[in-house]
Amino acid sequence: MKKILAVMLVLVFALSSVAFAENKGELHMGTNAHFPPYEYHEIVDGADTILGIDAEIAAAVCDYLGYTLVIDDMEFGAIISAVQTGKVDFGMAGMTVTDERKQSVNFSDTYATGIQVVIVKEGSPITTVDDLTADHNYAIGVQEATTGDLYCTWDVEDEGLGTVERYKTGADAVQALLTGKVDCVVIDNEPAKAFVAANEGLVILDTEYTIEDYAIAIALDNETLLNDINGALAALTADGTIPAIIAKYIPTED
Amino acid sequence: MSSALDNLKSQFILNFVEKDRWRYFVSGLGVTLRITLFAVLIGIVLGTLVAIVRSTGDKLLPGMRKGPGRIFLGIANGLCKIYLTVIRGTPVVIQLMISYYIIFASSRNGVLIAIIAFGINSGAYVAEIVRAGIMSVDNGQMEAGRSLGFTFVQTMAYIIIPQAFKNVLPSLANEFIVLLKETSVAGYVAVRDLTKAGDIVRGTTYSAFMPLIGVALVYLILVVFFSWLVGKLERRLRASDH
Repeated sequence: MKKILAVMLVLVFALSSVAFAENKGELHMGTNAHFPPYEYHEIVDGADTILGIDAEIAAAVCDYLGYTLVIDDMEFGAIISAVQTGKVDFGMAGMTVTDERKQSVNFSDTYATGIQVVIVKEGSPITTVDDLTADHNYAIGVQEATTGDLYCTWDVEDEGLGTVERYKTGADAVQALLTGKVDCVVIDNEPAKAFVAANEGLVILDTEYTIEDYAIAIALDNETLLNDINGALAALTADGTIPAIIAKYIPTED
Repeated sequence: MSSALDNLKSQFILNFVEKDRWRYFVSGLGVTLRITLFAVLIGIVLGTLVAIVRSTGDKLLPGMRKGPGRIFLGIANGLCKIYLTVIRGTPVVIQLMISYYIIFASSRNGVLIAIIAFGINSGAYVAEIVRAGIMSVDNGQMEAGRSLGFTFVQTMAYIIIPQAFKNVLPSLANEFIVLLKETSVAGYVAVRDLTKAGDIVRGTTYSAFMPLIGVALVYLILVVFFSWLVGKLERRLRASDH
């Protein structure tokens, strides 16, 4: 009996060590896949897949470094915590570098530029970005913990010039705008275009709210991965891979 | 060891003290209590009414004479059954979003919508609790009340319901505690409750530990406090047993 047990134990250990060896080459990416065209869900060949600029760049980086990419979809506000606690190896979700975030994680070099814009209903009294800070007490919809949320909180809410309504996804914020719960939505330009295209009666203001640089978040103590990723980003930018990915999702208008 | 303590201290200051972030938690706590309290009131009123209809319907309908009374009770009983099935058969967060985006699409008052949604939700659970309470009161009580000249409503209000409530008070208190914690999903419709306060702070400081543990502690203290209060009430009510 004991012998059988021992043999079984050995087998279990052998099998699990094989399993671990296979997992060694995985890099987990934390993202919030409700942010087209940077990351979003789509059924590809019958299977749920996360597509987008970030997903493809991450795949290219992992490929370059010899890892297999695993994407974990979570709430945007949870990504930095997940990076800090090691639940994921890096976070990539159209994330802007801010001083407060830098205290918690390292950021890679910039791989894309984002623009925060304002979506309003057609015929809205809001016609320029300055209207938001003009003390009209507008309700601004944002996706919780995104830079749109942070900027509007600082510029509008903390100054007592209006309120910020924080939704779990950008789509929820746009839904709230459509039903008139908020007066406008501040969100990244690319998803904004997708939302405006999908919903009639919405327009994007001509002037942008802010311009920002997107980067990959990596745990503070993981200098090796930071350097590896920066190296990969530089190489992939130089050989045209990253510009090609961005151009594929964001056709240049001019 | 001291560096770990220093780290905790700086995390505490970053998450609660700096930029007056504790204010998010205080106002969030207020919103959570407001939603829970008003929702539980709606729930008890709605739940008791539904429970009376359901228990009366189950008891009287089979033996009732044909006529308007039977039709009315039959319809009311059917509606209550549908209400219980739908509300208990769907997740509260979905009900909340349906209320927010569809039913009350034109209202901007997220807290009020949350109160109504949680109240309607809680009503279904309270109804089943109170129904069990009513059924636990001996049939003879109703017969005695009626033969003393009380109307049906009077017997229910003065004799049956008080006894039923006493029997189900622990379950009702439990429902209150469950509801208190369930309101933590109100953040889905941009309501700034206690959980959302933690999320907002987490979103700006990017530290998970302090906001989450802080929020958890506040909920725990609330639940312990309410449990203690209910315990006292139960002892008071039991005093009349002797």
